[in-house]
Order: sequence, then C-alpha cells, then structure tokens
Amino acid sequence: MERKTKVHAEDGKQELLITREFDLPLELLFKAYVDPDIVEQWMGTKVLKLENKKHGSYQFETTDPKGNKHRFNGTIHEFTPNQKIIRTFEFENTLLGVQLEVLEFVKLTNDTSKLTMHTIYESVTQRDQHLKMPFVQGINMAHNRIQEIVNQLK
Amino acid sequence: MNLRRDVFQAIADPTRRAILLLVASHSMTAGAIASNFDTARPTVSKHLQILTECELLKQEQNGREIYYHLNPKKMKKIADFIEPFRNTWDDKFNKLETIMKKYKSSR
Repeated sequence: MERKTKVHAEDGKQELLITREFDLPLELLFKAYVDPDIVEQWMGTKVLKLENKKHGSYQFETTDPKGNKHRFNGTIHEFTPNQKIIRTFEFENTLLGVQLEVLEFVKLTNDTSKLTMHTIYESVTQRDQHLKMPFVQGINMAHNRIQEIVNQLK
Repeated sequence: MNLRRDVFQAIADPTRRAILLLVASHSMTAGAIASNFDTARPTVSKHLQILTECELLKQEQNGREIYYHLNPKKMKKIADFIEPFRNTWDDKFNKLETIMKKYKSSR
C-alpha cells in the first residue's frame, strides 16, 4: 500500500504536522473522530469519555501487551463539524506534557478528503521525545525478541 | 522460530553500533574490525553477519579480502527517527479508512 501519511517535523521546532489523504467522503472521515465506537476501533483504545463540543472533554484508555493500562485525555476548545477540532492532548503519568492539537478536515472531492493534524508541544525536547517513542519501542521489541529466542535456547 | 532481521534489532546492540561507527569512516575487513574489540573473533563475525543480513553493511570482494562498507541508504532509515512514528500513524489511518469504507457500504 502506498504511504499516504506524511509527517513534517522541522529541526529545533516544538511543533509537528501530520497530513493524510483518505479515500473517504469528508463526512465519514469526520465521523471516525467523533463516534466513540468507531474511535475505539481504529485507535485501538477504550473511549471512557468523548464530549464533542466546545468546553467538552475526552478520556481514552489503552492496554499494552503486558496488561498495563495507559490513559490519555484532553479538553475540546473548538468543535466545528466536518471542519475543525481544536483540543489538548495529555498522556497521563508521563513527562510528555500537554499538547495543543489542531485538526482540520478538508473535502477534496466527493469521495476523498484530507486531514491535517498540527500538534504544538511545550518544548522542542518534549516533541522529540514523543517522536522517538515508537523508535524506542522498536528497540525494546527487538530486545524482547532476542530475549525470547535466548530463552528458547536454554 | 522467526529470525527476520530488522534495522532496530541490528542497532539494539552496543557492539554493533560501534562497528557501524568504525566502518562509517572507511571500508574494512572483518579482521581489521575485530582488532578494535576485545570480544572474540567469532562474536564479531556474528555481529557482522547480522549487520549484513539487515543490509546496514555491504560486502565487497577485493582480491582475496572481503571488505565491509556502510550502506548509506539503509543507514538513512535508522537516522530518520520519525519513520517509526510515521508508521504508527499510517497504520492507524489505514485502519480508519478500512473501517469507514465498510461502514459506508453497510449503510
């Protein structure tokens, strides 16, 4: 499959831009962000709370392979259906701080749409730490795999 | 048992990272690389094998000697910390797309 998701992260900046074009009408793309059942499916999280309105808030929970639960939450500052969501994002019990997320939903054609996700971090360090998380997980997974192989040899 | 090598597995080991730094300056034979480490020669050979399997190193025959040199293309992949991050979002968005396509056709 063609890689359609783009990430722009300029050196030394405390922001991040993720863009993605979807083979989906705008309304369906937006619905995937506001319908709790659908959010649960693609985000792989439990939706504890999702209030789609100005001054509303949300809280999601994920369970890692070891059974540990991780929660993240935020407050919604702007909610314009099929156009824009501005919200905060906080990964609870981490040192990653609070981010501001600006999500913009744009109609391209009747069957295609585009999402722009602009995330602003408190500092460059926090942004870089967040960016490196999957990379570090990749290394840890490799370690675990090596450990599994070694255990099988014992 | 799946022994598929990937770049993350390759760089998870400190000796292998040291080998990559060594070879970065100029291509070297296995013997020359091993002489930089206290580890036993077969251990270094094993590391070289792993680095070669995941294409971070390339072998080049020069007369009787085999020289190892860095594969810049693959190195770029690990230099790019963003790639795994992008991959996680790409996976999520692919899922979103698939789910909503089904949702659309079920209506």
